[in-house]
Amino acid sequence: MTGTPEHYSERLASRHRLGLIFEWACRLAAWGSVLILAVLLIALTARAWNWLDWQFLTSPNDYDATRAGILGGFWGSFWLIGLTGLMTVPVGVGAAVYLEEYAKPNWLTRQIQLNIANLAGVPSVVYGILGYTVFIRFFGLLDRPQTYELDLGFGAVRFNLPLGTVVMSGALTLSLLSLPVVIIASQEALRAVPASLRHASLALGATKWQTIRYQILPAALPGILTGVILSLSRALGETAPLAVLGAASHVDFVPGRIQGIGDLLSHPDKLLQAPFDGFTAIPLQIYTWVNDNSRDLRDYVSAAGIAVLLAVLIAMNGVAIYLRQRFQQKIRW
Amino acid sequence: MTSASDHPPSTPVGPGSLARQVTWQTVRERLIRYVLFGCAALSVVTTLAIILVLLSEAVYGLPPHKAFFQQVSLREFLTETRWTPEFEGAGQQHYGILPLALGTLQITVLSGLVGLPIGLLAAIYLSEYAAPRTRAILKPVLELLAGVPTIVYGYFALKFITPYVLQPFFQDLLGFGVDTFNALSGGIVVGIMIMPMVCSLSEDVLRAVPQSLREAGYALGSTRFDVSARIVVPSALSGILASFILALSRGIGETMAVAIASGQQAQLTLNPLSQIQTMTAYIVNVMKGDIPPGSTLETSIYAVALVLFAITLTLNIISQMILRRFREVYQ
Repeated sequence: MTGTPEHYSERLASRHRLGLIFEWACRLAAWGSVLILAVLLIALTARAWNWLDWQFLTSPNDYDATRAGILGGFWGSFWLIGLTGLMTVPVGVGAAVYLEEYAKPNWLTRQIQLNIANLAGVPSVVYGILGYTVFIRFFGLLDRPQTYELDLGFGAVRFNLPLGTVVMSGALTLSLLSLPVVIIASQEALRAVPASLRHASLALGATKWQTIRYQILPAALPGILTGVILSLSRALGETAPLAVLGAASHVDFVPGRIQGIGDLLSHPDKLLQAPFDGFTAIPLQIYTWVNDNSRDLRDYVSAAGIAVLLAVLIAMNGVAIYLRQRFQQKIRW
Repeated sequence: MTSASDHPPSTPVGPGSLARQVTWQTVRERLIRYVLFGCAALSVVTTLAIILVLLSEAVYGLPPHKAFFQQVSLREFLTETRWTPEFEGAGQQHYGILPLALGTLQITVLSGLVGLPIGLLAAIYLSEYAAPRTRAILKPVLELLAGVPTIVYGYFALKFITPYVLQPFFQDLLGFGVDTFNALSGGIVVGIMIMPMVCSLSEDVLRAVPQSLREAGYALGSTRFDVSARIVVPSALSGILASFILALSRGIGETMAVAIASGQQAQLTLNPLSQIQTMTAYIVNVMKGDIPPGSTLETSIYAVALVLFAITLTLNIISQMILRRFREVYQ
């Protein structure tokens, strides 16, 4: 290679050309994601537009495309995600607190941590099989379901064991699925709390639990909440585990058969019964429609269902982003 | 961490003092610790439950119950080229995993071809080129793209990519037959799905490369391309590789998008324009219908799930090992 100035400037020009091409390739790749999201949203909205009306939002499913609606799926998803949240948040945050505040960095802790990371990578369909075997088939140990009744004073809860294809089975399955994600997100939030806060609290004579309960958890709460909402919005879109549970059949009612607020006032026990009722969910409803024989259901009603699903997801993500922004400004260490 | 109560005061304390007493508070502290440990241990229980369920239905069942490999030989499972457990009639069922494995491989390769390069380039853009304001726009969009449910991608592939992109191009222009359900449309959307994951994981490792390395490059007369492609990317290579493996493992486990867009017919084919069935799509398709309890049809889903679980777990562990072993430690 020669070192004359002409060679140098020639090579420099070609190096700059290569650099420019590369920069534009990178730029295109990054902005391509915006383009894809835009195309996705516009195409789906255009498909859904004429079908997304009040009737669709307030009707249960129907074989007739003009009367089919998302109501059953919406309340099914509501119950699923509500119960999943109630189950994963205490357990997930508890596990994160243990790993961050109590656990010593030994072999066992490393294994638990590694195991959580691996669980987060298990395909969701495998969780569906786990849920099907444990909650619906009960390992095949019982020949037929046994009915139990639990009297709570103002109403009784009836449920079968094995649970069968009910909201609770779905919620338990989704809980197992989202637990690793909630744990990891909560750990990150706990790690962001400065050590000085712990030291100050302990120095004032607080016990370990008092320190966690009154200092660390409140400080980490926005981060934990953001992670929880994001993982629940992930669970909301999950279809495969629910489809594997066998809940994809035609469901045209709301869990607990709750018709409205008046119905709830006269029969409050329907609220207790809802977790043990059959269900469908928004994504599951979409899957049923996509596979339907009717072209309207397949092409358009399913698009309307997707629009509702995306709207709920964007709302949840919006809440998460709002929480993050708001508390980030407030807390200064 | 050790709590305050673990440190006895330096002066000896008599037996009647507070420090040695078992109070309600010390009991409570201990109880809480056990409960929290239980929460953490639940994840281990989940893993054990998954393994137990899969093994007891696929490999060895308790005597009256027959597991999959007690009914079908491992040899047939691995070498037979037909997968037809859903067929009725004696002798019609064949249990060769190859067509399903090939279907999954097709989706994985296609999604990798789409998602990995785009994801890496986008990560380089975000970490090396983009202004902070551009990043502030692109990051939430990528997060949103990662949060779109897979069933939506499936619908998009089936109703838009196949009829408006693949069929006009490959069928009308080039003359290849394109099935309504095809591997390519599924592969493309799975690629779009894993792209944000590759991007955010790779960006993290690219940004972890110390600024001094870049500055040294510029001081030696490197262009921005030289610094990005010849200094930063090679320094972060192990992390990028780990993100690739993790993303591919996600693609292998992806279910709904391929179940909707790529079909339900297990075929031994390498043609990306024809209908296929992946391992995940098979599981969902069987579970959708009524299955006779204890039948080979039922146990076959556990065998497929076991293979799926083993592959994704192995890839995840490899990815973590790469991250741990080859992480460049900068001071």
